Amino acid sequence: MDSDNDNDFLDNVDSGNVSSGDDDDDFAMEVDMPSSTERQLETDDYQYKVLTIDEIVLFQRETIDEVNRVVKLSAHITRILLNHFKWDKEKLLEKYFDSSDDNTEFFKCAHVINPFNKLPEAVQQRTLRSQLEECEICFSLLPPDSMTGLECGHRFCLNCWREYLTTKIVTEGLGQTISCAAHGCDILVDDVTVTKLVPDARVRVKYQQLITNSFVECNQLLRWCPSVDCTYAVKVPYAESRRVHCKCGHVFCFACGENWHDPVQCRWLKKWIKKCDDDSETSNWIAANTKECPRCSVTIEKDGGCNHMVCKNQNCKHDFCWVCLGPWEPHGSSWYNCNRYDEDEAKAARDAQERLRSSLARYLHYYNRYMNHMQSMKFENKLYASVKQKMEEMQQHNMSWIEVQFLKKAVDILCQCRQTLMYTYVFAYYLKKNNQSQIFEDNQKDLESATETLSEYLERDITSENLADIKQKVQDKYRYCEKRCTVLLKHVHEGYEKDWWDYTE
Amino acid sequence: MLKLFKKSKDKIPKSEIINEPKEPQKPAVSKCGKPLLLDNSRWERRLHKELMSLIKEPPPGVTVDTESVQQNLSEWKINIKGFEGTLYEGEDFQLLFKFNNKYPFDSPEVTFIGSNIPVHPHVYSNGHICLSILTEDWSPALSVQSVCLSIASMLSSCREKKRPPDNTLYVKTCNKNPKKTKWWYHDDSV
Repeated sequence: MDSDNDNDFLDNVDSGNVSSGDDDDDFAMEVDMPSSTERQLETDDYQYKVLTIDEIVLFQRETIDEVNRVVKLSAHITRILLNHFKWDKEKLLEKYFDSSDDNTEFFKCAHVINPFNKLPEAVQQRTLRSQLEECEICFSLLPPDSMTGLECGHRFCLNCWREYLTTKIVTEGLGQTISCAAHGCDILVDDVTVTKLVPDARVRVKYQQLITNSFVECNQLLRWCPSVDCTYAVKVPYAESRRVHCKCGHVFCFACGENWHDPVQCRWLKKWIKKCDDDSETSNWIAANTKECPRCSVTIEKDGGCNHMVCKNQNCKHDFCWVCLGPWEPHGSSWYNCNRYDEDEAKAARDAQERLRSSLARYLHYYNRYMNHMQSMKFENKLYASVKQKMEEMQQHNMSWIEVQFLKKAVDILCQCRQTLMYTYVFAYYLKKNNQSQIFEDNQKDLESATETLSEYLERDITSENLADIKQKVQDKYRYCEKRCTVLLKHVHEGYEKDWWDYTE
Repeated sequence: MLKLFKKSKDKIPKSEIINEPKEPQKPAVSKCGKPLLLDNSRWERRLHKELMSLIKEPPPGVTVDTESVQQNLSEWKINIKGFEGTLYEGEDFQLLFKFNNKYPFDSPEVTFIGSNIPVHPHVYSNGHICLSILTEDWSPALSVQSVCLSIASMLSSCREKKRPPDNTLYVKTCNKNPKKTKWWYHDDSV
């Protein structure tokens, strides 16, 4: 390698993005390569499937058929019943056989006419209909073959039905829950009837989407991938908090739909997110700028004046000293100086406030670290881009394609560690101190410092002198991070199993 | 009775957002692929028939202001009398019905207008009426006549003349169109 070459390389580093030709190249490493930790987590016995829309529809049909082999009703009635029971077929069958003597109530609750009673009535109605009928919606007199209705017997003309169903589907976004058009009738319109009465393909497509959507949202074993613009749903063997990896690349928790948040559990994460939404910024400001009245705890901002405070809360009107928070009276006429810092009363007041403030400080401690990792993860894309550039540079330095892949792998692991660390702070916030929690905190600390070092390595400029050196360092570090991450998660999971963790709330 | 202003509608189904993001919202009348004219004529025919039967056989105490209807078929003024033996005996009220071209699949917009707005726990001083069949319980099989009867019976069954408890706030903050209010029905006794 001669010195000219070296200069070229350095120029390249400086010019950064200017080398535009490279940007058009496909980044070969974007092919999905799960890191070994991921693989480890996925190879356990949790067999989930990512379903396309068509597969969801098929699954829906299979569920209906399965129930129908037992109850032997028409498919469209079974569909309404299943929807009523949130697609829980065991529950449906249980209720169905519970009520087998008299299933009037069973069908009534599901807003279906009891199929076992309908025949005589329907026959009776048909015999009466020989002349023109009036449609109650458009007031037209029409022959019976232009009129139709559900088993409830409310008949309207085909045009009005079409218009009614279209309005419900397109304007109101109703699918499985459209009821008969008659006033006060709660009998539901089944999918066969809708398809029969609505000729417009667009409306039918929308209807299909609506009922598919309600199927997925009701069904406990299905969840839409929460990623924007993703149309896949994940189907699991049993519902619990598990890491699922959608075909679109998004990784999320099946139970709550949030990003995969191991080691913290869904319920704590949910609490945490709510807490953060509620008060992070506000409490920050309050902590920095106010004190509380030692008697009524109303928050006070002091924007001038002397240290003699009179609480403006009309029910309190407490006189106290801003400096020591003790009662004002013993201060006498020393309006500007407080020399009573160690008096018992003043101390008690300060202690009480200290407790409030330290709980806030504690929250902010965890919050800041949580946010810090979240912020760093947002730079993930930028890091991938800069690493890609580095990999290209290294290839110009007589390294082969395969030899430079360690950098991509390092970023993968960095992101994964950051994500885990981020959620460890949520876990830690709700955790009570005990021996195991100290082990956890040590693990956390160790992983955090290793992760930060790895991050630093990846940001460091790569020059020809330290190339071999840095490769070794990066590889050692990411292997270490990966190992520590696994250890930390294992320890927390073991704690869940053995009931080590106590919570503060 | 009473209402809250936010009652969240169902989330737009996800699959819908995804599959047809580019398709523009087509005008409502042509969504079935039918010509606009046919729709309108059906809409007009129904309103005409309703009008005829209201003029020919009006329910007791109800009269249509035919002059207003002649000017504009989509806005009817209807006079309604307080029944004898009720708190509103001797009073005259006027209702305004506005129909859009989706009627009767979409409910009419119904308000009390004029100088005398009935003092009733379900009627706000701006004329808005809290009545479930005017929004979520609307059915295309209902009609102007059935709405008038419901309102008349709502007035007749009133035991104490008073405004809804949240009248002041509601009147200040509501939309002009009462159908934009998410009504919260929880009192069927009056």
